Amino acid sequence: MTVVQGNGQASIVADGLVKRFGPFTAVDHVSFSIGRGEIVGFIGPNGAGKSTTIRILCGLLRPTEGRAVVAGIDVARNPEGVRQHIGYMSQKFSLYGDLTVMENLRFFGGIYRVEGALLDERMRFAIDMAGLSGREDALVSTLAGGWKQRLALGCAILHRPPILFLDEPTSGVDPESRRRFWELIHSLAADGVSVLVSTHYMDEAEYCNRVALINQGRLVAMGSPSELKQRGLGGDLLLLECDTLGAALAAIEGTSGVRDVAVFGNTLHVLVDNGDIAQRDLPRRLAAKGLADARLSTITPTLEDIFVELVANSTIAGVAS
Amino acid sequence: MRLGRIRAMAVKEMLQVWRDPRSLMIALLMPVMQMALLGYGVNLDAKHIPVCTFDREGSQFSEALLKRFKSTAYFAVVETVDNYRALTAAVDGGDCRIAIVVPPDFSKRLSDSGASSVQAIIDATDDNSANLALGYAQSVVSGFSADIAVQRAGMQGQWMAAPAALSLESRVWFNEDLVSRNFIIPGVVAMVMALVGSQLTSLTISREWERGTMELLVSTPVTPMEVMLGKLLPYFAIGFFDAALCLAFAVFWFDVPFRGTVFTLFFTTALFLIVVLGLGYLISVTVRSQVGASQIALLVTMLPTALLSGYTFPIDQMPALIRAVTYLVHARYYVTILKAVFLKGEGVVELAEPILAMTIYAALVAVLAARAFRKRLE
Repeated sequence: MTVVQGNGQASIVADGLVKRFGPFTAVDHVSFSIGRGEIVGFIGPNGAGKSTTIRILCGLLRPTEGRAVVAGIDVARNPEGVRQHIGYMSQKFSLYGDLTVMENLRFFGGIYRVEGALLDERMRFAIDMAGLSGREDALVSTLAGGWKQRLALGCAILHRPPILFLDEPTSGVDPESRRRFWELIHSLAADGVSVLVSTHYMDEAEYCNRVALINQGRLVAMGSPSELKQRGLGGDLLLLECDTLGAALAAIEGTSGVRDVAVFGNTLHVLVDNGDIAQRDLPRRLAAKGLADARLSTITPTLEDIFVELVANSTIAGVAS
Repeated sequence: MRLGRIRAMAVKEMLQVWRDPRSLMIALLMPVMQMALLGYGVNLDAKHIPVCTFDREGSQFSEALLKRFKSTAYFAVVETVDNYRALTAAVDGGDCRIAIVVPPDFSKRLSDSGASSVQAIIDATDDNSANLALGYAQSVVSGFSADIAVQRAGMQGQWMAAPAALSLESRVWFNEDLVSRNFIIPGVVAMVMALVGSQLTSLTISREWERGTMELLVSTPVTPMEVMLGKLLPYFAIGFFDAALCLAFAVFWFDVPFRGTVFTLFFTTALFLIVVLGLGYLISVTVRSQVGASQIALLVTMLPTALLSGYTFPIDQMPALIRAVTYLVHARYYVTILKAVFLKGEGVVELAEPILAMTIYAALVAVLAARAFRKRLE
């Protein structure tokens, strides 16, 4: 995966964005920039401020503070100017359920002023892309989730916008459909489309060129998935398998060299300063506690590990400040 | 403003109405039902008022008098009794609205003194009907007494001394038959248009909010003006279709005389449609739920139109304060125009005043509606 950074001019710039709803701060000084042809994933729990940030960038909400520049246009000053350059898929499915596939496409074609042969060609493309051939006259409300999402994407790119905002496009969609959806996004990015996509599926972050981790309205970290994994933990990750997890947890928690222990399913993820030393010391300690069956192995951290660690740190830092 | 976007919007809206049973019912069924219900149900004429008679004399004269009650269309003699108790029971039981009692000395007093009287007992629980019944009864009796006078003059061999040397001959204009339906039906058309127009559009924006489609619409380059025009255009067409339907109903079914020109009618109907569609749209933009918007639309259009437009209750008879309020009711102008076009055949020139008022109203609503819709989620 290569990051096409274009001529260096960013497609999307968020500069100190703040959004407050009364006393609640939904977005808290978020800054980043996204280049041409880049896919950036917004990762974070529900209510972290992902949707709010995307809505500000689309000009649907006015930021309380800060500046958003999309396609070189200040969004707050000229929201209408931005709209011809963007495609947007909202979190909630928002095509017209009482219209057919073709009627929806034709409507958005009309709204985006794509006409004649060009519209026919692009509608054809959208239908093929969504795998809806033969269902052109089906009411959209009767389609299954994956089809709906791909059709929504098809509508969002009818006018071939250089910038796409996708707000949790794959939530509630089956894994196969999700995989197909990401293939589509990649082919769009290969054509130079910048994509900002939010998700709460950690595995989807791996599909992105860069990932922005968001928690409680703040940008916790941003980088490519491999970058984040390398620098995110600042140590090595071990997997501990054991029949009596609770006892094992108690045995090694707080031992020198062990920075964190977290339960992952029926295993423990143990973050240590140095993997080699821990591989030597920990089994001895566990054996001493009568846990000889415990097996330790080195693993590559997933983004979820990183996220848990970073969020824990940022939350503590937040409380401390 | 792009025509293509307005067209896309209008086509989409039309398809949605076509597939929404609720909208379809408002558009097609409601006008017909309202016309039938209000056209037949609201009738201010008193005809065939049930009457009970008690002839205490049984003479030729008394029977001749009572025969007149039988022969007029205003009354229907439903009961003939021979004692006061039965008469009281008939009035109390609601079998009749009015009872006529001829005294036992009716003929005698008539021949002795040349004057006699009959008694009328009226159920006045509904004062309007009671007044009408009394009026009709008086006219029947006075007609009878006039004939008696002529007869007596003839019998005495006198040259007829003209019992009514001076008589008022009234001639009713515009609604010659004094059929209240002719007066009411044009108002019903206004009522239907007000109701249908604002109900349909009250759903249009709130539906987008409710179904979540507004979020996407707002993210597109469509302008508020394009949204408004695209959305109102189909309803304007539906409104016109409904208006034509109601007007045809009035003329061909209810036989309301139509003396004006179709042009005046359609021109003013277009103005009125702009007002009610705009109002519904304004409500829809402000209230983001379909049910809420439709309730408010009902309150804002139906009540004032029913009570304050002059459609059934004459504005001239209202207290000054209420009369002042009626100037704010859009339907007031349209009802005035409709009645004048239908019954008097007035044209655009004669109706300049209400047309001007309605134009100002339409312009005001259009400006407010165009400004009300903001492409933001907050």
